Amino acid sequence: MLFTSYEFFGFTAALVLLYYLLPKRCQWPLLLGASCLFYMAAGPRYILYILFTALTTWFAGVRMGRNAQNAAAFLKEHKEELSKEEKKRYKEGRKRVRRRWLVGCLVLNMGILAVVKYANFFITNLNSLLTAGGGRGLSFLNLALPLGISFYTFQAVGYLVDVYRGTVKAEENPFKFTLFVSFFPQLIQGPISRFGELGETLYGPHDFDRKQVCFGLQRMLWGYFKKLVVADRILAAVMTIIGDVETYQGAYAAVGMLFYTIQLYADFTGGIDVTIGLAQTLGISVRENFNRPYFSKSLKEYWRRWHISMCSWFRDYLFYPLSTSKAMQKFTKFTRKHLGDKVGRRLPVYVSSFVVWFSTGLWHGASWNFIVWGLLNYVVLMVSEELEPLYAGFHRRFSVEGKFWYRLFQVGRTFVLICVLNIFDCYASLGETVKAIGSVFTVHNWKVLWDGSLLALGLTGLDYGILAGGCLMMLGVSLVQRGGSVREKISAKPYWVKFAVWYGLFLAVLLMGAYGVGYDASQFIYNRF
Amino acid sequence: MEELLEILRDMHPDVDFESEEHLIDNGILDSLDIVSLISEISENFDVTITAKDIVPENFNSAQALYELVRRLEDEG
Repeated sequence: MLFTSYEFFGFTAALVLLYYLLPKRCQWPLLLGASCLFYMAAGPRYILYILFTALTTWFAGVRMGRNAQNAAAFLKEHKEELSKEEKKRYKEGRKRVRRRWLVGCLVLNMGILAVVKYANFFITNLNSLLTAGGGRGLSFLNLALPLGISFYTFQAVGYLVDVYRGTVKAEENPFKFTLFVSFFPQLIQGPISRFGELGETLYGPHDFDRKQVCFGLQRMLWGYFKKLVVADRILAAVMTIIGDVETYQGAYAAVGMLFYTIQLYADFTGGIDVTIGLAQTLGISVRENFNRPYFSKSLKEYWRRWHISMCSWFRDYLFYPLSTSKAMQKFTKFTRKHLGDKVGRRLPVYVSSFVVWFSTGLWHGASWNFIVWGLLNYVVLMVSEELEPLYAGFHRRFSVEGKFWYRLFQVGRTFVLICVLNIFDCYASLGETVKAIGSVFTVHNWKVLWDGSLLALGLTGLDYGILAGGCLMMLGVSLVQRGGSVREKISAKPYWVKFAVWYGLFLAVLLMGAYGVGYDASQFIYNRF
Repeated sequence: MEELLEILRDMHPDVDFESEEHLIDNGILDSLDIVSLISEISENFDVTITAKDIVPENFNSAQALYELVRRLEDEG
């Protein structure tokens, strides 16, 4: 059920109505039922995957939680009798049991993700080796990817690690926990929520709060504007360009990079606006996933502001555990001893970052395009890190830092870099991507930018006008957001202004949305991850 | 405390670590800095900081970090 389908509108309208009409104790069970229905709409058998992940994670969480509780009670009871050494040994013994539950459940659920998402990618690469050596290739597995598996698996794993660390209390109710994993607004494209945050508002009784419901609906409307008016309209040109790398080279490839970066922003942030807006309509608070990412002055800053929930997941559950692990501590000592303090200090960080960026690439998709995309991000980030002293020297010599034009230059430079990196998502193969990027420097056809050729990409002059307006609106909203909530600002205006803004936006979605003859509201880009 | 301040100053000479109380919230220390910092602390103090301890409350100021080190020393 697409967020942009009529079924979804009917489904959510009925849900919101029931949600506030039924007794409050029925609210979270209703959400669980709705989430299961939503999931089954994608294919009834896939619900087994998500239920398996939810129930195994719940069970392991409960076991770990009880283990920790029993350990604490035992230590409290025998506080006086045990020596410090005995207490330490006892704690370590109990922790080993918890670790077994953690590792067992992680292997099980990450294993499912690995098989359904990556098995055929692995077989493809293995086959190319086997056939090159004259052997016969293996046959592919006939497995469809369950909806949102990357998102809900990561969310469940995050919870499990949090329970193991003792930062959240294990949820005892399996139905409540299943709702946390399957909460449908965020099921298919995130954000990847933390139990400590989402759990607080997901199960609580919610009174009908007119302001929250209005703000939620307004945010959904803005999300639909970005998705239907901008992302789905520009999609036609992006598909034309990336679909034929032989024809569309040079300036066309550069236009493709720019258009895809706009599409990705409008599509993903629009989808998240719908998610957060719908949750807010239900009185539930879902974490923000973006912080005006295209205003970033460096790639490092961009990754703090784009897809925040995924980045912080990799940081908290992969980067930190890996870089502070005993093996890495030993490696640090070794490198310090043999390569000196300066290199020894950095090398383990770079090794851990490499693993993180490789995994981030792989998480986005089972293809070399994504892996190379992740590793290119890694290279740029690490090179920037190494060049820090050079930047510092430059800034000491020239006092440009903080000046408006220099900040503008930094933002522009970062945006161009993002455009180039993003295009690795698009083309069918790595070879095509490299060819397209290379052609920007070798094929000099820049006149197509003004001789009308861009009108042959599947967009009319009117389409370009609407896109320009949509982009300006997104830019304007981002600029206004720096001073606080845009909806708060609008709600403080006179009634006729509010009416004009929201009714105007509604009409814009209705009249300028890319649907109707020749258009079909497309899947959100992040659904496929 | 002085030893800890020296480690921090070595990483960011331009920051006043004695008064700054939002090292994480203000983005002064990023994840790479934190890992380097942990490595330095392990080298200079007899403590092991694990991923569980890496929360903003423990890293937002030199004082908070010092208290974490003291706590881990006591537990060890």
